[in-house]
Amino acid sequence: MAANYDSPIPRKNKLSLQLDPKKFEKATDEEKRQQDVMAESTTFFKDGMRRLMRNPLAIISIVILILLLLMIIFAPMVVPYSYEEIISVEGKRDRGAANLKPFEYSEMEQQYMQKYGVKIFPHIMGTDELCRDYFIRVVYGTRVSFLVGIFAALMVLIIGVIYGSISGYAGGKVDMVMMRIVDIIYSLPDTLIIILLSIVLKETIDFSNVPVVGKLGSNMVSMFIVFGLLYWVGMARLVRGQILTIKENEYVLAARSMGASGGRIIRQHILPNCLSVIIITTAQEIPSAIFTESYLSFIGLGVQLPMPSLGSLANAARSGMQSYPWKLVFPSVMIILIVLAFNLLGDALRDAFDPKLKQ
Amino acid sequence: MAKYIIKRIIMAIITIFLVCFITFFAMNAVPGGPFNSEKAKSQAVMDVLNKRYGLDQPVGVQFINYMKNIMHGDFGVSLTTGRDISDTISTRFAVSAKIGLMAVVVALILGIVLGAIAALNRNKWPDHVIIFFVTLFTAMPSFVAGSFLLLVFCIQLGWVPVWSTSSPNYVLPVIALSLSPMAYITRLTKTSMLDVLGQDYIRTAKAKGVHRAKIIFVHALRNALIPVITYVGPLTAQILTGSLVVENIFTIGGLGSAFVDSITKRDYTLIMGVTIFLAVIMVIANLISDLLYKVVDPRIRLD
Repeated sequence: MAANYDSPIPRKNKLSLQLDPKKFEKATDEEKRQQDVMAESTTFFKDGMRRLMRNPLAIISIVILILLLLMIIFAPMVVPYSYEEIISVEGKRDRGAANLKPFEYSEMEQQYMQKYGVKIFPHIMGTDELCRDYFIRVVYGTRVSFLVGIFAALMVLIIGVIYGSISGYAGGKVDMVMMRIVDIIYSLPDTLIIILLSIVLKETIDFSNVPVVGKLGSNMVSMFIVFGLLYWVGMARLVRGQILTIKENEYVLAARSMGASGGRIIRQHILPNCLSVIIITTAQEIPSAIFTESYLSFIGLGVQLPMPSLGSLANAARSGMQSYPWKLVFPSVMIILIVLAFNLLGDALRDAFDPKLKQ
Repeated sequence: MAKYIIKRIIMAIITIFLVCFITFFAMNAVPGGPFNSEKAKSQAVMDVLNKRYGLDQPVGVQFINYMKNIMHGDFGVSLTTGRDISDTISTRFAVSAKIGLMAVVVALILGIVLGAIAALNRNKWPDHVIIFFVTLFTAMPSFVAGSFLLLVFCIQLGWVPVWSTSSPNYVLPVIALSLSPMAYITRLTKTSMLDVLGQDYIRTAKAKGVHRAKIIFVHALRNALIPVITYVGPLTAQILTGSLVVENIFTIGGLGSAFVDSITKRDYTLIMGVTIFLAVIMVIANLISDLLYKVVDPRIRLD
């Protein structure tokens, strides 16, 4: 190594630490990149999603929900039965097709299959007491559950966020009056009020002529009205609390001093900052709405017959529970699966997006 | 403190009044009166009946009269049986209260014990097992739990006889009612226990050489139970609404099944009476648990 110290450039001083540039070579681009240990800059949303995707429970629940969604979208296209169709063979009503076991065929169907040598689409979950294919009824029940959950969550989201942000941003007397209203609604016993109002609305308003709603029945409409009236208060409280702290920040003051309107400040500066709370609460609202719907359907206040719902299917199955237990098991397991998946997803979202829980 | 209590009591009264108001006017909006039956009555008979029961007066006056009667415990008469509703409520509620109380006790004891075990064995197998079942139970509506219990233990295995008034067996209905509140209490106890165990005074107690059992029961659990107290109100609500279907499933003649029956039979006065009665109980339970919370934890600001 010592030989290398003989440099062509003479040193001014033997003890000088002067470096010889020739002994250095330029780093290649690849070598430069190796030194670059900076992480890619992420947005809040990407960061949360990354943490969410690392949670195995979140992945499992997302997979379950996607599978269920695919099922409720495509199953009605694949299965040749409809939810209100009574099974018939060659145009004749098949009276022997009631309460079939899963994958079982009735006598008439077996004869038909032997005669023509064709396969009839199997009854994956058997049939119900009125000779209707049970699988497609469970699928439609799941559809109702998903619809109710998502619509209710959307309503809670919209009303709660608007109400909460106005109350929080306005402050003072407006805030006090708005929050007293929330306090009172909060302490109303929601299940009882829902039951009461759904009875009343069913008797007083006729929805049967309205296209989609008519099929779901007036109970559904009243359920949504009640969700819209009662369930948003939790969201409104949370959003208000967030806004009260966020609006004290300097950037809000800066925006206001530049002449931004109240609406713009709320939309552009405040709401994006309480996004995590809003996402988490919305996700947790879905299972509770599904719960309420199945509960009401179980006591006969849910969707309009013959439209099935998981709750009403479970209720109908109770009478023949001893002989046909699977009719109770299928809708019940479906409810548990949906609510479980949404619950786990909600918890995972909370862990991923709540900055206060970051470690 | 006194100011806060008064404020809360006023709020509770407003809420109860609002419930009465909503129920009364909601029921009046339903077409058909109490005397509409299959047999048509002449207009004269209807007029006499309406006058006798004060139904000829404007709705506002009727509401005031109804409120006066409720204050005296008179909820009117049932449309289907013609029996006094306050009688029905009091006899039926005796049954419901018994089951409900048992369910509350079971849920509280099991929930607290399981929650404490899960917290003390954090990330070990008892914790995982408990949290697994807790997650499952929170996703299970009470009617599913009730139906399954009935199916498995009553019908398939035959271990428990079917409920009847002569041989009441409370085991299954109480389990069905207490499962989901128990799951919630377990979660609540676990999180607050973990929080308390990380506090400085627990470390101080350990450093002083206090016995582990004493630390757990005297220092940790007592403080960890504070959030559980706030849950007493919602717990009552959950058990009351849960009993609406559980009683129906197990054919127990309690208030819950009376309510579900009254819904299917459209017995409006009974629906109204039970709704108001249950709502009052829930509001009072919430009020008590909120006040207790402030008494137990002096750090809570009163406002």
